[in-house]
Amino acid sequence: MSVEITTPRFKDNAKKALADLPLQGALSKVGPGFIGKRAAAAEKLPEFDGLRDSARDIKNHTLAHLDLYLERFEAKAKAAGGHVHFAVDAADARAIVTDICQRLGARTVTKGKSMISEEIGLNDHLAAVGIEPVETDLGEYLIQIRGEAPSHIIAPAIHLNKDQVEADFRRVHAHLPPERDLSEPTSLLAEARGELRQKFLAADVGITGANFLVAETGTSIIVTNEGNGDLTQTLPKAHIVLASLEKLVPTLEDVSQILRVLARSATGQDMSVYTTFSTGPRRPDDPDGPGEYHVVILDNGRSAMLGGQLREVLRCIRCGACMNHCPVYHAVGGHAYGWVYPGPIGSVLTPALIGVEKGRNLPNASTFCGRCEEVCPMRIPLPKLMRHWREKEFERHLTPATQRFGLGVWAFFARRGWLYRPATRLAMGALSLLGRAKGRFASLPLAGGWTQHRDFPAPQGGTFQAQWRARQAERRAAPRQEASR
Amino acid sequence: MSSRDTSSRDTVFASIRASLGVTSQEAPRRQAVADRLAGHPRGLVPARGQLPEAERLALFRDMVIAAAATIDHLPSAAEVPEAVAAYLRSRNLPMTILRGADARLATLPWERAPALDVWIGPSDGRQLAGLSHAFAGVAESGTVVMLSGPENPSTLNLLPDHHLVVVDAADVAGDYETVWDRIRARYGEGVLPRTVNWITGPSRSADIEQTLLLGAHGPRSLHVLLVGGPTR
Repeated sequence: MSVEITTPRFKDNAKKALADLPLQGALSKVGPGFIGKRAAAAEKLPEFDGLRDSARDIKNHTLAHLDLYLERFEAKAKAAGGHVHFAVDAADARAIVTDICQRLGARTVTKGKSMISEEIGLNDHLAAVGIEPVETDLGEYLIQIRGEAPSHIIAPAIHLNKDQVEADFRRVHAHLPPERDLSEPTSLLAEARGELRQKFLAADVGITGANFLVAETGTSIIVTNEGNGDLTQTLPKAHIVLASLEKLVPTLEDVSQILRVLARSATGQDMSVYTTFSTGPRRPDDPDGPGEYHVVILDNGRSAMLGGQLREVLRCIRCGACMNHCPVYHAVGGHAYGWVYPGPIGSVLTPALIGVEKGRNLPNASTFCGRCEEVCPMRIPLPKLMRHWREKEFERHLTPATQRFGLGVWAFFARRGWLYRPATRLAMGALSLLGRAKGRFASLPLAGGWTQHRDFPAPQGGTFQAQWRARQAERRAAPRQEASR
Repeated sequence: MSSRDTSSRDTVFASIRASLGVTSQEAPRRQAVADRLAGHPRGLVPARGQLPEAERLALFRDMVIAAAATIDHLPSAAEVPEAVAAYLRSRNLPMTILRGADARLATLPWERAPALDVWIGPSDGRQLAGLSHAFAGVAESGTVVMLSGPENPSTLNLLPDHHLVVVDAADVAGDYETVWDRIRARYGEGVLPRTVNWITGPSRSADIEQTLLLGAHGPRSLHVLLVGGPTR
């Protein structure tokens, strides 16, 4: 899928998404399914929160020593007969993959699910040089035949319903009998299995992502439920792994810690069905497996994130829990975010990867309810990082003039307590008086954006500061009474 | 490696080191990395699997079933051929099974299941049932651990509709960490076979309206033959 960035149009995207009835129907299922399953899995494992701490500490240690672990990974992967390629940016990564495919004379390439592939726009690029990319994860296959981008990190076609899938299968699988029954998800799955089985067996090169890279052994790991990633990497002549820098972990024990929180956070499974550790190409006496093994390690802006607050984002293991629990994602879905990574993680990662100028809408599209941070298995402080981007945005004068003006006015008063207190007292008093009859306002000057969707409650009692002072005075009085008794 | 690759590599490492404010020559950093790689500390291992053998096998069985697989607990390996035949019969499958060269499978008394045709080699996708011998089982999650090689080709784990896996009771560990130590004992420190496959239940997908369906691309059924050990 192309990587046309519509993030700057987030507000329009969101408006359209809110009015899209089939999308809203699909989104209504996101929360109830994922949230309950994750909670049940976490509940069943008393060590779950302890494992989250362990997982966070492992990634922090790895990121602080990333250069050294990368050297070790590279040495071990090479010792096992693999090739390791470093890519500075998307163009670099695309060129490396294309070169390998062209050298092998590849005509079709099967693909396991890879967010890095989406990030670098690999499919369009392969198609442009005459190589057919075939997505094999069912969700990715569905969006590929529709020409769409994924709308969720682990459930890329979550925005679709089965009637849409049926229509697409009838359109794309035109060689099959038109009278066949596709009314049930089981028949749709069976048809996809049959179609893709042929593709697996015919492919020249298999490209997968990587959930992890293990420095100790030079191993790449993919985690899937379908088995498509395994077929993708086992059957063709070559296996190409696309990974970003931060997928690295030191040891097999370390990755076992993190795997214990990954599936539980994502789908509520104790472990995904297939967790596959791949090290190098087929060995001399192996009867199957790829003849070549390549790992492409992509930077694309991540090394720069290591230097500051954003380093914490690099702990992300792409489980999707943050978006599964996000009220904004539930309302607008993944496509509204306008690029590859949706949800809260997208709101902090996207500005780092495409620039705050283009990505600035996303960290603002948050209620700061904090659920993302509560459920993040890697304990990434997502709300704090969204605030970081809002500060950057303000520093760089990217916020709209009206907002800056409003903040300026507020700051003028807030810095002058002798002016702020009487001014707010006056304003609250006036609002309280005006709203006495109904207790709320259906419209207010300068607050149309708020009152368009809900009423503004009329203030009751004094200002916060006045109430606070009164309470403090009471509390100071109380111990004295105590002592005099 | 082309010159483009080399210069990209240098750029990426230089950028990482600039962000971290390091040169790569700091001895304490090198020592911390060497220690972790050599010591591979276990971290927090859940209590769930830390059980005496009979309870551990019972947990393994429960977790295999929870993962939507099926399991037979057989008193000894000699029972495997008849159990395989019984499985195929019960599913109305042809009496044919494909397996690898694993000596533990080769020496089974196959004559006890005379109707069964046993083929040896990797799968090309045309077989309905495959038989592998697991390197280990993990009770914590009902996972079987498969190693690639001529003994148990990876394609047998993936292509046949029905995957039958023999697990020795003595190889069922409580946790993954115990299995890593056993793999190190066999292959050496820092070395793995081409593929280590953790398999937890049969293939599935929930990509259509979040409806969970079995048999997406890999086997529709996973059947574990647990062999030996105490039964509870």
